[in-house]
Amino acid sequence: MCGIAGLIHRGSAGDVGSEMTSMLKSLKHRGPDSTGYALYGERRTGELVVRVKVAEQQDMSQGFDVRRLVKERRNEIQRRLHELGAKLLEDTQATEYAYRFRIEYAGNVRDLANYLEDVDGTEVLSIGHGLELIKDLGDAEQVSNQYSLAGFFGTHAIGHTRMATESAVDIRSAHPYWAYPFADIAVVHNGQLTNYWNGRRALERRGHRFVSNCDSELIAVYLADRIAQGATLEGAMQTSLEELDGVFTYLVATADSLGMAKDVMAAKPMVLYESERFIALASEEVAIRSIFPHEIDTSDPYEGQVRVWKH
Amino acid sequence: MPVTTKETPLGIHAERLSGRSQQRFFRPEEAARFTYPQAFEVDFNKQAQFDAGPLSTREINLKLRELMSEGFGTVIMTNPGAKHALAVGILNRLNLRIEGSLGYFGCGLIDGPNIHITGRVGWSCAENMLAGTVVIEKNAGSTFGAALRGGDLVCKGDVGARVGIDMKGGTIIVGGRAGAFCGFMMQRGRMVILGDVGKNLGDSMYDGTIYVGGKIGSLGVDAIPAEMTALEVQWLERKLKQYGLECPRGANSLQKICAGRQLWNYDNLEPAEKKLIL
Repeated sequence: MCGIAGLIHRGSAGDVGSEMTSMLKSLKHRGPDSTGYALYGERRTGELVVRVKVAEQQDMSQGFDVRRLVKERRNEIQRRLHELGAKLLEDTQATEYAYRFRIEYAGNVRDLANYLEDVDGTEVLSIGHGLELIKDLGDAEQVSNQYSLAGFFGTHAIGHTRMATESAVDIRSAHPYWAYPFADIAVVHNGQLTNYWNGRRALERRGHRFVSNCDSELIAVYLADRIAQGATLEGAMQTSLEELDGVFTYLVATADSLGMAKDVMAAKPMVLYESERFIALASEEVAIRSIFPHEIDTSDPYEGQVRVWKH
Repeated sequence: MPVTTKETPLGIHAERLSGRSQQRFFRPEEAARFTYPQAFEVDFNKQAQFDAGPLSTREINLKLRELMSEGFGTVIMTNPGAKHALAVGILNRLNLRIEGSLGYFGCGLIDGPNIHITGRVGWSCAENMLAGTVVIEKNAGSTFGAALRGGDLVCKGDVGARVGIDMKGGTIIVGGRAGAFCGFMMQRGRMVILGDVGKNLGDSMYDGTIYVGGKIGSLGVDAIPAEMTALEVQWLERKLKQYGLECPRGANSLQKICAGRQLWNYDNLEPAEKKLIL
């Protein structure tokens, strides 16, 4: 039982960091193990934001040498960015083990991701023109404070509170998942895919790689692969209802859109608030109420339903 | 303040059950002995109002209980904030008006109160309700009225999937549309859906009746169309009018669905008898 949430400002922007934190705090009871955000900030042409981690949170309290290793890995990432011709515009240390790089880069995103991921202990959390993916252990309040997310100004966001059931409690297994290596596509998911390995192997044969053993990552890569083949986001999501087996409700975000899909069994909850200026979705209405204390009309999307909203 | 109830010891019945005999435990003259613990005598003319906004789920339910124990029979709750499991386990008469929306599992396991909700409800509203009425002005989530045993459960808007799953009695009325798997394994009772309904309606239903005003996505296994009787039309008109609802093309235009009873495979033998034969 995980909690998922999404929001999008239509034609405007807002403090999506604080808004998503409020929503995820309300969903803490659905998943206290880890919390993650995919926040979409201002898009700057020619620029990319790279979010990486070079160790797990628990690694920092193990071994005498971990801080030296972490420092070495960071230096190596900076060196490789330089080697690939990326111009480093900003280099921020979010935590001891997670970093944010704003770069100017005109090359191939897959090459960039692969080369950075090759650094020992490194995981590329996201690369995007607007996307910034932040995830860590603990509840939304902890993660938001740790990464200073209050005041993150943007257009849309998705988030996740995780109750670990089938994989470890670590950052690698936390949601959201970036659709490696497609810029700006991220997914959060509540449910289980029963044809995960078949789907994963099919995508691996097409040259894609997976950074975790989590079924949610399959949705992200599946959708990105479809879009790369020319499908629209909505079209890719429609096909996913036929090709992904299991019970699930997922939210997907791209550079300018937010999408929601619910499987044909409608076994996982989702509540939708929709107005001309703002869309909010969450596993429970209480999360939407956390940003709309006044009376609002909400509804449950139906089985097999796909919806997409553009910024 | 001490909480007073009509609770009295129920005692333990020592009678042995055998064969197909039915023991009559609940004689009318002994009715007073069989009231619930935490069921209160209330006066509908005594009214109270409280703000649920700053309170937790537990505090809200305790507040309701405290008011009922003081004899308040009409209670208005404001700002419920879509919190879960509110107004549950009310086992006596009460007029409760909830101004706002409830989260999941609202009004579950109730026996007797009349509850009016001006907002929306989340999943599993009025689960296992035994008697009374619950009326929701806006939409409702999935598993609406799951395992309902009695009373009237009314949603004037749209509801999610699996309405009345495993219902064993009572009436569910939906003013709008409903999702898939409504009436799954329904055992008794009536369900009225004025709008469209999703696929697998009445799948594996044992008994009970479903009336649908709109399009049916598909019928489930062993759910079959049936002829509407004049008596049913009268009942539907009366029931819908009671809750301010109307069937646009008249109650006799509703499609009636019931169990084909092809899945019935009941064992006619008691366990003891079965042992003798086997």
